[in-house]
Amino acid sequence: MKINEVVSLEFLAQMINGLSLGSIYALIALGYTMVYGICKMLNFAHGDVIMVGAYMLSVAMGMLGLPPVLAILLSMVVCACLGVTIERIAYKPLRNASPLAVLITAIGVSYFLQSSALLIFGSTQRKVESAINVSSVQLGELTIGGNALVTLLLTIVLMTGLTWFINHTMTGKAMLAVSEDKGAAQLMGVNVNRTIATTFLIGSALAAVAGVLFISSYGFVGPYTGAMPGIKAFVAAVLGGIGSVPGAMLGGILLGLIESLSKAYISTQLADAIVFGVLIVVLLVKPTGLLGKKRTEKV
Amino acid sequence: MSTMLEVKNLGISFGGLRAVDGFNVNIEKGQLYGLIGPNGAGKTTVFNLLTGVYQPTMGTFSLDGENLTGKNTLEISHKGIARTFQNIRLFSKMTVLDNVKVGLHNKVKYSLASGMLRLPSYFKDEKFLNERAKELLDVFGLYGEREYLASNLPYGKQRKLEIARALATGPKLLLLDEPAAGMNPNETAELMDTIHFVRDEFDMTILLIEHDMKLVGGICEEITVLNFGQVLAQGKPADVLNDPKVVVAYLGE
Repeated sequence: MKINEVVSLEFLAQMINGLSLGSIYALIALGYTMVYGICKMLNFAHGDVIMVGAYMLSVAMGMLGLPPVLAILLSMVVCACLGVTIERIAYKPLRNASPLAVLITAIGVSYFLQSSALLIFGSTQRKVESAINVSSVQLGELTIGGNALVTLLLTIVLMTGLTWFINHTMTGKAMLAVSEDKGAAQLMGVNVNRTIATTFLIGSALAAVAGVLFISSYGFVGPYTGAMPGIKAFVAAVLGGIGSVPGAMLGGILLGLIESLSKAYISTQLADAIVFGVLIVVLLVKPTGLLGKKRTEKV
Repeated sequence: MSTMLEVKNLGISFGGLRAVDGFNVNIEKGQLYGLIGPNGAGKTTVFNLLTGVYQPTMGTFSLDGENLTGKNTLEISHKGIARTFQNIRLFSKMTVLDNVKVGLHNKVKYSLASGMLRLPSYFKDEKFLNERAKELLDVFGLYGEREYLASNLPYGKQRKLEIARALATGPKLLLLDEPAAGMNPNETAELMDTIHFVRDEFDMTILLIEHDMKLVGGICEEITVLNFGQVLAQGKPADVLNDPKVVVAYLGE
C-alpha cells in the first residue's frame, strides 16, 4: 500500500510545513515564556529582536561576506547582547514598578527597535539570501525542503539542550527558583539580577535563531518583520500556558500546524483569524493555557 | 566567647508607624537565642531588617564584627545570615534535593559555558553539590525523599527542609521564623532535638522567633521579648517568662 493511499501527499507536505513554521514560533515563544516565568512581565520587544537577528544575518552575509554558520553565530551574539542591554536599561529600573508600567515600557522598546531599524536600513525590505544551503530530501514521493529540515532539526537540538540546561545546571535551577519565589531565592544567595539577565540572554539568542530561520524561508527583512511572528509566538506561549517551557514548545508547534493547515484547506486570508480564534476558544475552556498551572495565592 | 550578632538601636518606621524601635541585642557565637512577643510586636520585621529585605531607618547591626547595615539581601546572604520563613517558602515545584542545591548555589563557581558544554568542571561541581546536599539531607532524615517535589512533603518535613536549605548557604547565623508553627507536640519535641543538633553539629548561632513557650523555655539560652516594636525584657528564659511585664503583655492585666 502506498503512502498516498492512506493520507494524501499534500497533507503530509502541509504537516511538514506546519511543523517547521511551528518550530520557529516555538523558539520565539520560549523567550516570551521564560521571561514571563521569571519576571512576570510580557516582553513585547521580543518580536523585534527577531527582526534585529534577521538584519544581522543580512549584514553579516551580504556586507561582511561571512559564511552562514559564522553569520548565524554573530547574529545570536548580537541579539543576546541586545536582550541583556534592553533588560538592563529598560526593565531593571522597573523591577518593583507596576506591571502596567513595565508593559508600556516594553511596547516603547519595541517601537524604539523598529524605528532604529527604519533609520539605519530604511523602509524598503531587503532581500536576504538564505543562510541554509541544504538540498531537499526525497522520502518516497514526499519532498522535504532543506529549510524545513534544518529548521526542524535545529529546533529539536535547541529545545532538548534548553530543557537539559534548565533541569540539570545550577543556573537552570536558579532560574526555576527565581521564577517561583524571587525573594526566597535571593535570601538563599541566588543572584536574582544575574539570573534574569541570563534568561534574557538565552531567550534573545533563541529569537536570533528563529529570526534567521524565518528569514531564510521568507527571503525579505524589513523594520516590521518581527511584529507578526512575534505576536503569533506570544499567542503560542499563551496557548501552551505562559510561564511553562514545554507549553511554549507545544503551543508553537500547534499554532504552526493550525496556520499551515488552515492556509492549505480553508482559506489563506482567514488563516490568521483562525489562529487567533483557536486562542480565544482555548482560553475560554482553559484560561491557564494547555500546560499552564493554576496559580494559587497564599494569604 | 565572641559576639556573633550585635544589633544597636535598630529601628524602622513605615510612614508614622514605628514597627521596630531601638532594638538592641548581643548574641554570642554558638548561642541559641529566642525572640518572642505578642502578634504584631515586630519580630518578623526584625528578621526582615537583619536579612536586608527592609532597610533600617535607624541603628546598625554587625555580624562577626562586620557591619552589615545597608547591605542588600544578596550581600547579607553571602556574608552569612540565612533564614527560614513563617509561611513556608520552599521552591514547591522543585525536588527536595534541588531545593538544597539552590541553597548551595554559591558554593560552586561553574560558569554558564561549562554547564552548557558539560566541561569536566561541571561534573566535578555536580559531584560536590550532590555529596554536600546528601550530608545535609541526611541530618534531617530527608535523603530518602530527595526526589519528591517539595510540595508533596508532609508539613513537618517541609519545615525541616527549609532549615536544611538555609544551612546549605553556609551561614554563620541562622534565623528561624516560628519553626514550630502548626506542629503537634511530638513534632515540636523532635524539632527541638533537631535545632539542638544543628547548633552542636554545625557550630551554629541560632536566633529563633517562637510562640511555643515550651520550645522557647526548653532550648533558648537567652531571650528577648518585643512588644509594640520595643524591647520589653531581656535575659534568661526562666526570669523573663516570669517577669510581670511580660505576663501582662501576653495575657493583659
